[in-house]
Amino acid sequence: MSLDVDVELSLGGLLLDVQFTLEEGDVVVLLGPNGAGKTTLLRAIAGLIPIERGRVALDGDVLEDTAAGRYVPTEGRSMGFVFQDYLLFPHLSVLDNVAFGLRARGDGRVASERVAREWLARMDLERYAASRPSALSGGERQRVALARALAPGPRVLLLDEPLAALDATTRATVRRDLKRHLASFRGVRLMVTHDPLEAVTLADRLIVIEQGKQVQSGTPVEVTERPRSRYVADLVGVNLLRGEADHGMVRIPGGAVVAIAGAGEVAGAGSGSGSSEVFAVVHPRAVSLHRSRPEGSPRNVWRGRAGGIELLGDRARVRIESDVPMVAEVTPGALADLGLVEGAQVWLSFKATDVAVYPA
Amino acid sequence: MRRERAPLWIGVLAAIGAAFFIVPLIGLVVRTPWGNAARALASPDTLEALRLSLAASLSATALALVLGVPLAWVYARVDFPGRTVVRALTTLPMVLPPVVGGIALLLAFGRSGLLGSWLAVAGVSLPFTTAGVVLAETFVAMPFLVLTVEAGLRTMDRRYEDAARTLGASRWTVFTRVTLPLIAPSLFAGAVLCWARALGEFGATITFAGNFPGVTQTMPLAVYLLLETNPEGSFVLSLVLLLVSLVVLVGLRHRWLGSA
Repeated sequence: MSLDVDVELSLGGLLLDVQFTLEEGDVVVLLGPNGAGKTTLLRAIAGLIPIERGRVALDGDVLEDTAAGRYVPTEGRSMGFVFQDYLLFPHLSVLDNVAFGLRARGDGRVASERVAREWLARMDLERYAASRPSALSGGERQRVALARALAPGPRVLLLDEPLAALDATTRATVRRDLKRHLASFRGVRLMVTHDPLEAVTLADRLIVIEQGKQVQSGTPVEVTERPRSRYVADLVGVNLLRGEADHGMVRIPGGAVVAIAGAGEVAGAGSGSGSSEVFAVVHPRAVSLHRSRPEGSPRNVWRGRAGGIELLGDRARVRIESDVPMVAEVTPGALADLGLVEGAQVWLSFKATDVAVYPA
Repeated sequence: MRRERAPLWIGVLAAIGAAFFIVPLIGLVVRTPWGNAARALASPDTLEALRLSLAASLSATALALVLGVPLAWVYARVDFPGRTVVRALTTLPMVLPPVVGGIALLLAFGRSGLLGSWLAVAGVSLPFTTAGVVLAETFVAMPFLVLTVEAGLRTMDRRYEDAARTLGASRWTVFTRVTLPLIAPSLFAGAVLCWARALGEFGATITFAGNFPGVTQTMPLAVYLLLETNPEGSFVLSLVLLLVSLVVLVGLRHRWLGSA
């Protein structure tokens, strides 16, 4: 089973324009900052917001196609949806909430309730069958929402920030349960989150969107090892530079030059496409700081000014303002030895061999 | 709320304002011949008027629910050309003198009226019938229901309807199993308001339906006529209507009386 998504729409200043195909085997997580259009995209796939141009098809079954003027309403799409704040019907019992989808498609009361009870049992919620949703904890409500979405047997499961409404202590447990339930669902699974930890722990495949555009996709390892945007680089906590590869160097717009290891032959870069745009990643731990210009081997030496200093356990992160802003990670001891304060002049250096380069 | 003492003149005027409402009510309670109350209520004419009032006002409320809820839904959800104008026109009876409403109904549904002449051909006559009473009461009372339900529809969280649709619910199922239950408080308040207004309706009823005992003579009409022939009986009936209003007010206290 596969879901083709090609959606273009504008909503309140956001221009959403994404294309991808989801396969049944993968749990796909849509990751992006707040306001990137993730929820809007999910709602568009479910048919809750009309798309302006594009096509949504499930296994060749066209659900929406603006060119052909086709639109299958939400209720005909067979897409389970777990909403961010769950939206359990407050006037119905937990059992009736889970049975709602079965009743809606015309199953009898007895049969619907039997299936709903099975789902409650699977979610370990049987004792709440007669309760109102308001009597449940956040984690329990989340499981009811999941059971309600799954009970009618949808072909697609869409989840919008399913853990965001939970407090930090229950989130880890609920995340583990969610991973198990996602694994047992046979169908296309697409989840939206802005939390990188959730994304990396739950996803087989990540799609990163920013400002309505898809900026990167791949396995969590591929995405985190080779960030392609400032947002992902910040999530992973690395310095991301972009420039032109040129014989053992990367020329950053603005004049700075980064020396890289080897002859500077970047796999894939420049071959065929004619462009040699590359990304260069430097881990903050590879960046050292000095009070005066360092002697010795490092080939990348820049002068800058210390910006914000942040303590993270036994490490300190120092933002360096220079032609190319960089973050360095040093020990608090080194920080004290340097006598570094915000605004102080500082030299930074990193080795050419610590620069990872890949085509843009 | 920040509490403070009222300046003298504001306090005096406020007290007069409150007394203006309270004194007549006291008068009604004090002057009611309690000894004769049971007899006055049990008289066949009174019972007939009471029965007719209940039947007509409940029918009017039912009619207002059947027609008014869909109207409120359209006002809250559908953007159509002329929406503001149509909405204003259907709200008009709230401020229109009821007697004018009665005349307008006559001109529409009377024997020679716009629709009435067609109805007459079909053998249906509405003026001066019990059905005419229901029509007059609905005309005056339905806007209260429409506005209350519309407000409820506007403030409800529509994402519950989205959730129901993702579960495969048709528009009708969404409406009956999600929308209506979620706006139940507004629906109840609107129906009670509408019923209370219908029960007290006088001007449009007497103009359009006349004053025939047992057919169109509702409680307010009976109260007014008894004032001439049997003042004590009219006091008793007035008290009954007052009690009904009190029950309505208490029933809707969360909506109007607040926490004060």
